[in-house]
Amino acid sequence: MIFDVAVLGGGPAGMAAATEAARGGARVVLLEESPAPGGQVYRAPPAGFEMKPDRDRQEGDALRAALAASGADIRIGCRVWGLGGGPLVPEGQPDASFSLSALGSDGAPFTVQARALILCCGTHERIIPFPGWTLPGVIGLAAATILLKAQGMLPGQRVVVAGAGPLLYAVAAKILAGGGSVAAVIDAATSGEWLRALPALSARPDLLAQGAVWRARLLAARVPVLAGAQVTAAEGDKVLSSVRVGNRVFQADALCIGHGLVPATEASRTYRARHAHRPEDGGWVPVLDTAQRTSVPFLYAAGDGAGVRGAAAAPAAGRFAAHTALHDLGFSLEHASKEDAALERARRTGAAMARMMALRPAMVAAIPAETIICRCEGVTRSEIEIAAAAGANTINQLKHFTRCGMGPCQGRMCGEAAGALLAAARGVGVADLGFATGRIPLRPVPMASILGDFDYADIPVPAPAPI
Amino acid sequence: MSLRIPNVARPVPVTITVAGVPIVAHPGESLAAALIAAGHWRFGEGEDPARPRTAFCMTGVCQQCLLRVDGRLVQACLTPVVAGQQVTAA
Repeated sequence: MIFDVAVLGGGPAGMAAATEAARGGARVVLLEESPAPGGQVYRAPPAGFEMKPDRDRQEGDALRAALAASGADIRIGCRVWGLGGGPLVPEGQPDASFSLSALGSDGAPFTVQARALILCCGTHERIIPFPGWTLPGVIGLAAATILLKAQGMLPGQRVVVAGAGPLLYAVAAKILAGGGSVAAVIDAATSGEWLRALPALSARPDLLAQGAVWRARLLAARVPVLAGAQVTAAEGDKVLSSVRVGNRVFQADALCIGHGLVPATEASRTYRARHAHRPEDGGWVPVLDTAQRTSVPFLYAAGDGAGVRGAAAAPAAGRFAAHTALHDLGFSLEHASKEDAALERARRTGAAMARMMALRPAMVAAIPAETIICRCEGVTRSEIEIAAAAGANTINQLKHFTRCGMGPCQGRMCGEAAGALLAAARGVGVADLGFATGRIPLRPVPMASILGDFDYADIPVPAPAPI
Repeated sequence: MSLRIPNVARPVPVTITVAGVPIVAHPGESLAAALIAAGHWRFGEGEDPARPRTAFCMTGVCQQCLLRVDGRLVQACLTPVVAGQQVTAA
């Protein structure tokens, strides 16, 4: 069967998109990698875990309940690795609908086909490298959020929280609330930056109040908060034992650090949609029209994967994308998708936070020469700069020269820093370097799953050329 | 002190083995979280001592937390604990 709409990613945008499309009468399939829909902000705790529900949990539960009631085919715990159809059909062959190949939660391979595809792939965290960031005990801020909120677990007994953006204070406050201690908060933003963000934040008084509560908890616990500062090294033998910030050293068994969010564009890049580099949106994003359409017919994008605006703004964008998709597929729609004022306020606040979490060139410039940039392949800053001097002038060429970004994470962890380093070394903007060509598999998968029944003997061998 | 936050109701703990040593964890917990709670931050050695295997992004992106569960290669952050799992280095 060919679905009308496939939704890739079950975060707030994807849950809302699938719900809206199914309610509109479309046959819908939603594919999600985690064991339950929710995404990162609205991630559900595992079955049998009961923790004090917060507002994020309630919003997530409401979206999950609507999705479950919508009639959409929900496939969770599946790893989507293959993309085909649409613009990937070779020239001269008949048009084909989009196809997504995945491994189910049981490891069994399957493929779904759909006439329209809505990408709601969310973000991954940007972590600008520093000496010692590969030491066990150093994790992302988003990672810490998942441990605290979805696993009910502290990242450590004594934790340094560092980076940029609102997650910093959320994580520090949750560690204190969970009974852990926070050795220090290292905020890359100056107090002036926070002051300048205030007008946009005041559009969401609820968030402003939440932020004030977090800051008050830190103050009450006498946690040192260093503004306009950054971690210079993580230190320890085998595992983390201390965090250096200039000449100050904080003993810690965990460091949670993050410098913003980057839209996950591997699927839209693989489908060869047009992209633009917009630092205020988090980096490279698919270019959309005013109704969530990418440059590829019947391919749409919504949520943070199309530009970071936060979980609160994502569901409305997902519904809008579903609405446009149904319209383009020829469904008759009773109601127009409406933009409401709450969404506009959420977007404004999200945009202000995204600006604070944008890549900071000074932080990249401060990376010492022998620091590992690409964790998968062990490529250092100096190797990137040697490649730049030798003529690598695009991200793809940097890959060819150094293997930077060619490991199992496919450049998702190093891409931002590598791009900024290469751009600085070549004296050009990051946008001039282009982006890494999107390729399948989107995720590492066992070779046997890709091959299926294909056997060695099935390899077509052309007749030898006559001598 | 345990890293598990008190006042969170959890399913009855089960035993899994990590490199042959039994550890106690709650079913459904991510394997990465269970290992960290048991004091195992270093999940295994890669080819370079500067880049050991460990939990890092917790979202299935970084591929740094690879482990074998009953011989099968998995990402520890995406794999729930199930009683009796035999966990070994990747």
